[in-house]
Amino acid sequence: MEDWIDILPTPLPTTEALHFVSSPNAGGISLFLGTTRTEKNAQGHDLLALDYEAYLEMALPQLQTLAQAARSQWPIVKQVILHRTGRVPLSEPSVLIAVASPHRHEAFSASRFIIDAIKADVAIWKKEIWSDGSGTWVHSNIPGPNPP
Amino acid sequence: MCITIRLFANLRDRAGLSEIGLDLPEKSTIAHAIEQLRHRLPALADQLNHIAFALNRSYTQSNTPLQDGDELALIPPVSGGSGTPARHSTGTPARQP
Repeated sequence: MEDWIDILPTPLPTTEALHFVSSPNAGGISLFLGTTRTEKNAQGHDLLALDYEAYLEMALPQLQTLAQAARSQWPIVKQVILHRTGRVPLSEPSVLIAVASPHRHEAFSASRFIIDAIKADVAIWKKEIWSDGSGTWVHSNIPGPNPP
Repeated sequence: MCITIRLFANLRDRAGLSEIGLDLPEKSTIAHAIEQLRHRLPALADQLNHIAFALNRSYTQSNTPLQDGDELALIPPVSGGSGTPARHSTGTPARQP
């Protein structure tokens, strides 16, 4: 198996992902972690965490399709795409993309392609959890073939 | 025919449930299902204009005909990955190219 694609309710295994993509055929490995960043809302409350929800039966095949699309564009040796669901506290990663390729620019390009596509299209949502206990769903991008 | 509607994120919160069955006349489309849903779940009515549709786990358009046993997911604007591009959209979502 040369791709490791998953959606997990647990902290993302960064070290295992780097081990997975290591290969004598790779001249560059890029590791991207998208992490929960501190914020303040309009009411002055601090962000505590992000809660992620996925339409698992659709989002997982979407990630697998993305991995294939990346392979069709760049000479990828191995790749990992992991997304976390549930509560992700400050500083912890919600998404991990590791790409090994013969040359560094291919790994950078593929990683960027994958994270941009995840944000635009994959059936995953996040809710901001604030220090007063309130939550705000973040709705960024209408996906699909032809948005209504 | 009977179909299952799946709800996520703000829609699930508002409706207080994650799926609902609908009984529809033959030859109904997704748009017909949404009209019936507006009556069944009035709390969602104003949320149904800015969503995408996934029929049996593939994105499709609202004029797509439905069949018995279909799973229709209402997909609010997605927000996977980290970071918050626009502060607190609650009404009209930003559409990116």
